Amino acid sequence: MPQLLLELFSEEIPARMQGNAARDLERMARERLAEAGFADSAIRTFAGPRRLTLVVDGLPAAQADRSEELKGPKAGAPPQAMEGFLRKVGLTQEQLVERDGVWFATVSSKGKGTADLIAPMVDQIVRNFPWPKSMKWGTCTLKWVRPLQRILCLFDGTVVPLDIEGIKSGDLSEGHRFMGAERGAFSVRDFDTYRAGLASRYVVLEADERKRRILDGARAACAARGLELVEDEGLLEEVSGLAEWPVPILGDMDPSFLDLPPEVIRTSMRTHQKYFAVRDPKAGRLAPHFLVVANIEASDGGAALAAGNARVLSARLNDARFFWDEDNKPGNFDRWLGKLKGVTFHAKLGTMADRVERIAALASEIAPLVGADPAVAEMAARLAKADLASGMVGEFPELQGLMGGYYARAAKLDNVVADAIHDHYRPQGPNDVVPSASVSVSVALADKLDTLVSFFAIDEKPTGSRDPYALRRAALGAIRIILENGVRAPLDRLLSAALAAALESESPLAAERFAEHLSAEGYTSTGREGSLMADLLRRGISDGWDRTRSSGSQETEFFDGQRLLELESYCRTLFPPLKAFFADRLKVQLRDEGKRHDLVDAVFALGDDDLVRIVARVEALDKFLATEDGANLLAGYKRAANILRSEEKKGPLPEAGRALRLPGAPAQEITLVAALTDATPKVETALAAEDFAAAMTALAALRKPVDAFFEDVMVNSSVPAERDNRLRLLIQVRDLMGRVADFSQISR
Amino acid sequence: MSDRKPLSFQDLILTLQAYWSRQGCVLLQPYDIEVGAGTLHPATVLRALGPKSWKAAYVQPSRRPGDGRYGENPNRLQHYYQYQVILKPNPSNLQDLYLGSLAAIGIDPMLHDIRFVEDDWENPTVGAWGLGWEVWCDGMEVSQFTYMQQVGGLDVDPVAGELTYGLERLAMYVQGVDNVYDLAFNDPQSPDFKTYGEVFLENERQMSAYNFEYADVDVLKRQFEDMERQAMRILTESRGPQGQALVLPAYDHVLKASHLFNVMNARGAIAVAERASYIGRIRDLCKACAAEWQKQQAGAA
Repeated sequence: MPQLLLELFSEEIPARMQGNAARDLERMARERLAEAGFADSAIRTFAGPRRLTLVVDGLPAAQADRSEELKGPKAGAPPQAMEGFLRKVGLTQEQLVERDGVWFATVSSKGKGTADLIAPMVDQIVRNFPWPKSMKWGTCTLKWVRPLQRILCLFDGTVVPLDIEGIKSGDLSEGHRFMGAERGAFSVRDFDTYRAGLASRYVVLEADERKRRILDGARAACAARGLELVEDEGLLEEVSGLAEWPVPILGDMDPSFLDLPPEVIRTSMRTHQKYFAVRDPKAGRLAPHFLVVANIEASDGGAALAAGNARVLSARLNDARFFWDEDNKPGNFDRWLGKLKGVTFHAKLGTMADRVERIAALASEIAPLVGADPAVAEMAARLAKADLASGMVGEFPELQGLMGGYYARAAKLDNVVADAIHDHYRPQGPNDVVPSASVSVSVALADKLDTLVSFFAIDEKPTGSRDPYALRRAALGAIRIILENGVRAPLDRLLSAALAAALESESPLAAERFAEHLSAEGYTSTGREGSLMADLLRRGISDGWDRTRSSGSQETEFFDGQRLLELESYCRTLFPPLKAFFADRLKVQLRDEGKRHDLVDAVFALGDDDLVRIVARVEALDKFLATEDGANLLAGYKRAANILRSEEKKGPLPEAGRALRLPGAPAQEITLVAALTDATPKVETALAAEDFAAAMTALAALRKPVDAFFEDVMVNSSVPAERDNRLRLLIQVRDLMGRVADFSQISR
Repeated sequence: MSDRKPLSFQDLILTLQAYWSRQGCVLLQPYDIEVGAGTLHPATVLRALGPKSWKAAYVQPSRRPGDGRYGENPNRLQHYYQYQVILKPNPSNLQDLYLGSLAAIGIDPMLHDIRFVEDDWENPTVGAWGLGWEVWCDGMEVSQFTYMQQVGGLDVDPVAGELTYGLERLAMYVQGVDNVYDLAFNDPQSPDFKTYGEVFLENERQMSAYNFEYADVDVLKRQFEDMERQAMRILTESRGPQGQALVLPAYDHVLKASHLFNVMNARGAIAVAERASYIGRIRDLCKACAAEWQKQQAGAA
């Protein structure tokens, strides 16, 4: 069957755009072919440094002829309607048929030749191609990622004539820019001659084949010297888009650079030079070599280009060495901390130095909750952001934290502090490690909580796909730190501590936002009593009320009371959206772990904000509902709740209280009363001990009595005392279960 | 590099001049006002605009006060040379022309790995951007290759191709030298042989000290404001013999303001928050000049 071959030959396409370009080309071709009635054609696309290629096999020479029946006017409709319809379908009334009082026309159309359909299709694809950035060139009005030089478009071996803004189609392609140049452009008949013609002119068409050659060649070049390639999927992807004929070459690096941190060497190689690093497996560290992927088989075997690349790398690593030496000079941390005063973190959130103040105060607050020394945590937090002002992080921002850790060790700071600096950005993604050392946990958690509270305070919440300050990642990071380390603290307490740190710090933000809130709410104070406010927050607002009342001083009671009111009002505005944000992230996290979202809702509905406890409850609930007792008890709960709901509509339910053993009550009722009397203290004890499995087991004992009760006892007794007692029983079942989870949120 | 003797720094320039002269370029001399890059020469920034065709090539000394290293860094200079080529509209074989220039200075693409690596060029102080590449030779960036899309916020139509060669870097590569000050400035066989260091080392030392330590910030600030006011005044109030606004002298004042800003910046006198505002002020002036120039060019076409 005929084949379509399209090549869009251009100047060098950015490597990072090639993968998507191949996918977009495939998608656009598929959509348009389907529209033309060629839904099941076999489409392949290829992208490389200078070309996008589409090949479609299994196309027919022409569209099938079509015939379709169109509904016309009703019999007896005004003549204008019939005339209009006849004009539309191009038929006479004699050619129509009448069925059930309606006229129908059968319209048949001859299928178009496929070649005629291809020209407008390609034209549309080229004009509407979704490059992330495109440009014009010369006097051409077309936009493409870089100048489009040629269009090869063949159908069934014949050129499909096209003229897109002066670029005419043909049957020519060309090979490698340098190695294929001698043989010039070549003419193509079909995909096989195209692919072979390219291969003989040093172009590997398939990206995967280029990657395979790079990887095989690189591994072999390393192995020949007893070395190992440090593999890097992202880099491989990039370099495979930078060479049409990739040739991996092992080059030498001056071994004296090996005293630099390996991350620095790798980052410099990767970001500046797109080289792979090489490991010495015997020494267990980087080897003094690099692997560059060239685009030519050099006439001297690559010696000159390896030497040239080595010189460039030396210059780069000399820069890195300069930063390393400068950064390690005594007094570095003090110098950097001074510089952070001049670095804006966010226009509304003050400088980086302000942020450091907040994180330090917060870390020392969190420390006791995780068994860290508050003074050590505070110190580590104070130093954690210093490396942002270092030369190395200025050059390689992705090394933030990591360099701080190195510099802290070099400055002979405690390892615990160095580790905390090193780890405090973690976890950075779902596969990143969560800090576990107590000081690291304090600083890492403080870092994230400050980010969240600060940005929520200035109303910079993520919306849809927009999350410029990576708040979702911060919340997820905080959640993972809390859960994986079993940090036992209500969210409310953590958020209050973060807000306290913000109110107390010198940074203008918190005080201003607070003051704005107060004036908007009609409070008289200005909120500019940061440390007093912070103190009240830290002790907890409800404790504050108690202490204020018992102070015995009317003055204290009045002023502190005023402040407490103001704080309460602000927290009511700031915290609920933050908690909801955490809840959403936790749900996503639990859902990713395969937990049912309705269970998460059922536990959240209790209003608990201790994340560790929430998850423990969800897990116990998950297990319980998987048992037969659990599933049946859930059914019993739903029945009880339904009855209560419908009874409630008729009139008020009896006041809650314990159901009694009424004389003459059916055995099933008495059994349930006894079961509740037995289960209630067990559930309470288990919950107090946070032994949710035991609480579930205690509930499970209710299952049989509840089932039996519903089986044999009529709740709606005509004797009011009996009815009330039975409704009370159901209320007791609902409420007791409701202390474990909100079962009404559970679907099955 | 190849069999023949590597080019001295000045022969490299002469070779490029001869090559681009053969391609029909007007060979200009450097602009006589301090600029940070060859792009800022009115021959590029202004001539890129308007409908007229234009081909020019020139060496432009470029001043980047913040890059000074007192002559102690082998790769960084506060004063260096760019070779700038502008072709409007860009010929369709611009890449080949460029590669021809590399061949002319002795770079053999079958021996050395030449790549076009994505680089989107942007110059916020003149409101300009374009798409193109950094050209790499064995991993070293030797040129910037740009299809200019906008200047002063205005569309460049027809599009201009801009090539910028970092001359010292290219020469270091061609001569196989690791320290810029070791470059052969003229022919090493000549009895009057001079290295780049002999010509420029002292300049780097003195200018670095001035830029970083002695430039008087108050004076610079005042001069900046003067230049800013002058530029606006010239542009809006003065008229030439044909009644045209005096955009060229206005633009000179913008360049002066821009250099004054760079010195203040090197001196550490500009806070982070102020930086954006200074850049914005220069960009606004540039835009005003660009708009006026384009208007004049369109009228004259």
